[in-house]
Amino acid sequence: MDRRSFLKLGGLIGGALGAADLLVIGDALANPTADRITSLPVLDRVKAEPGEDVLIRMQRDLVRAMNKGIEKRRWGMVIDTRKCVGCHSCNVGCIMENKLPPGVVYRPVIDQEVGSYPNVGRRFLPRPCMQCENPPCVPVCPVKATWKRPDGVVVIDYNVCIGCRYCITACPYQARTFDFGENWDSKAASGNDGGLALQTCRKYGQEPSFEYGAIWRRGEGVIPKSPVGNARKCTFCLHRLEHRQLPMCVTTCIGRATLFGDLNDPTTLVSQQATRNNAVSLKPELGTKPKVSYLL
Amino acid sequence: MAVSSVSSIGTTNLVSRARLLWALWVLAAIIGGLGFLERLLHGDQATDFSSYIPWGLWVAAYIYFSGLSAGAFLLAAATYVFRIRVLEPICRLALLLAAVTLPMGLLMIGFDLGHLERAYLIIIRPQFHSMMAWMVWLYTAYLILVVAMLWLSFKSVQPGRNPEAVTNDRARVRVLAIIGIPLAIGFAGGVGALFATLAAREFWHSSLFPIFFLVGALTSGTALVTAVVSWQWPSRDAAWKDLMTLLGRMLLVLILIDFILELAEFMTPSWYQIGSFYELTRYVLFGPYWYVFWLVHLLLGVLVPILLLAKTRSPVITGVAAALVAVTFFAVRLNLVIPGLITPELRGLEKAYSDPIGNRLIFAYFPSWFEWQVLLGAIAFGVALWYVVIRLFPWVFPNPAQSSEVGQ
Ligand code: SF4
Ligand code: SF4
Repeated sequence: MDRRSFLKLGGLIGGALGAADLLVIGDALANPTADRITSLPVLDRVKAEPGEDVLIRMQRDLVRAMNKGIEKRRWGMVIDTRKCVGCHSCNVGCIMENKLPPGVVYRPVIDQEVGSYPNVGRRFLPRPCMQCENPPCVPVCPVKATWKRPDGVVVIDYNVCIGCRYCITACPYQARTFDFGENWDSKAASGNDGGLALQTCRKYGQEPSFEYGAIWRRGEGVIPKSPVGNARKCTFCLHRLEHRQLPMCVTTCIGRATLFGDLNDPTTLVSQQATRNNAVSLKPELGTKPKVSYLL
Repeated sequence: MAVSSVSSIGTTNLVSRARLLWALWVLAAIIGGLGFLERLLHGDQATDFSSYIPWGLWVAAYIYFSGLSAGAFLLAAATYVFRIRVLEPICRLALLLAAVTLPMGLLMIGFDLGHLERAYLIIIRPQFHSMMAWMVWLYTAYLILVVAMLWLSFKSVQPGRNPEAVTNDRARVRVLAIIGIPLAIGFAGGVGALFATLAAREFWHSSLFPIFFLVGALTSGTALVTAVVSWQWPSRDAAWKDLMTLLGRMLLVLILIDFILELAEFMTPSWYQIGSFYELTRYVLFGPYWYVFWLVHLLLGVLVPILLLAKTRSPVITGVAAALVAVTFFAVRLNLVIPGLITPELRGLEKAYSDPIGNRLIFAYFPSWFEWQVLLGAIAFGVALWYVVIRLFPWVFPNPAQSSEVGQ
């Protein structure tokens, strides 16, 4: 199956399911047991082939996992640092998907220089939320605004978070950022393209974010409209998973370096990669047990 | 102002000094009020703290004011509980200072929140794993307790109250003081624990931290009480002089103990000049804000007061030394909060992605004008509150005619 037909296929799947699912997502989040059994007959017709694009394999893995109960799956990610070219596409994709304002970032790509001149090399370390099995950011929250879901994803309830930023200081990976309420249009480019830049930034600022399957329209003010004034973090694109779509960063990665799936299912691509002997996690000594690992 | 026993030349001086102070207060209140307004309308946008240094001047101010409160309270409570007769005249003043400084701290931390309007959630849906939830609960209990103690002690000095009721009031104050001591120790140390329990932050993650906070609270709170007693005490008699000498001695001991703890806190983990704690100590001592440690804290907050307190028994100089300690203690608080946040947890994160609009993704911090403005507002608020309450309740300053409040 070539790339183009895959894209068409994705469109079909997304379109069909998207419409049907929109109404139920809110429920599914509020009540994890309301998770539905769904199948994707379209995908069934595409036979698994050796050497197929990992995206198709992960799409299959994803549908299989979504057909299980929420407590039976455990989402994880493997990032192959040997394949990462440092293009930042995952970060850009994430920003667009979640309509992130300036200052908020879920998946920066860290560019590390190793060795000393002239004997140097670079390596890249995209850093999403590790979705720790044992997340230090959770017990610090004074109002129970953040918790680990049964599928292992650590989430924040924007409507409860008081914006104390305690969780931000508690995360050893600095995976949480704070939404100060700033917008891209406040310092849009000047010069010939200034007008266009301003217009585009304004439009972007009005786009809602669909995190957690709800519609969020940010706004500052005496009572800021969440997620302004909240801690924010990567959610593994839970709202996309509900639509059987892979997290945005996985689909925009040009090196196919980001793998995603259910760690509870030993047959998924991500499980197989996560157990390789070159898979490491960041700061294992802290006992946070990240569900994101890196292939060296 | 309650200062009275001075010569006529002194009186004109005092009047013009009072005018100057009054004008300064009005200025501070206007600047601060504008800061409050800005904060309410635009949230934390004009601050310089960020996603990577999420806590700044306001959090330092909060631990500073709450430390002053706990320290002043512990001084009063210990006097009630252990019936320390010599300190008894300053008890009500210390309690009142405790009741005034805590709201200043709460104001600062309230403004720090992204959603101030949801702060009540900590009461209705607390998570008691969280040190922060504990803090809020302890503060609330503590504030109620301080107000109750002040009320009882106010009742006990009302003219015409029958002696039996007065004895009862005093016994109740003592019981409340006994309850209050663990409460105040709990929250003064607990604020330290709020930081120290975070395994992710090496600079904070030390068992000494809560103790250091507690002793810091005692030191700064005692210093504040000493300064206020020196400045505002109504009668400048021999008893006052004795009181000042005693407070000065106590303060001297506390400064020394605090300094020893500080040495332990900084030197132990960095002695062999290896490890990330060493880098952070270097940042405190020789980083861009070296003067906060060397000049503000060490020189003005430790060395000068030690010299002054050790050399003299003059109540006024003791008061000056105490005021220096009380004010410069803010530097200690700043040096506890900020350095814990200034290094990236992952090397290279500082350059991974930037924020051209608000500069929220950098590891540098210097409090913005707006942050100072709000701090100034909180100070103006506290000063106003103080003057209102001492006008309303002049009985905080003991009347020589009244009998002993403790020891019955
Ligand atoms: S990486 Fe940070 S934000 Fe994510 S779960 Fe772990 S501690 Fe929490
Ligand atoms: S910032 Fe929000 S989610 Fe984080 S600890 Fe505070 S209230 Fe909880």
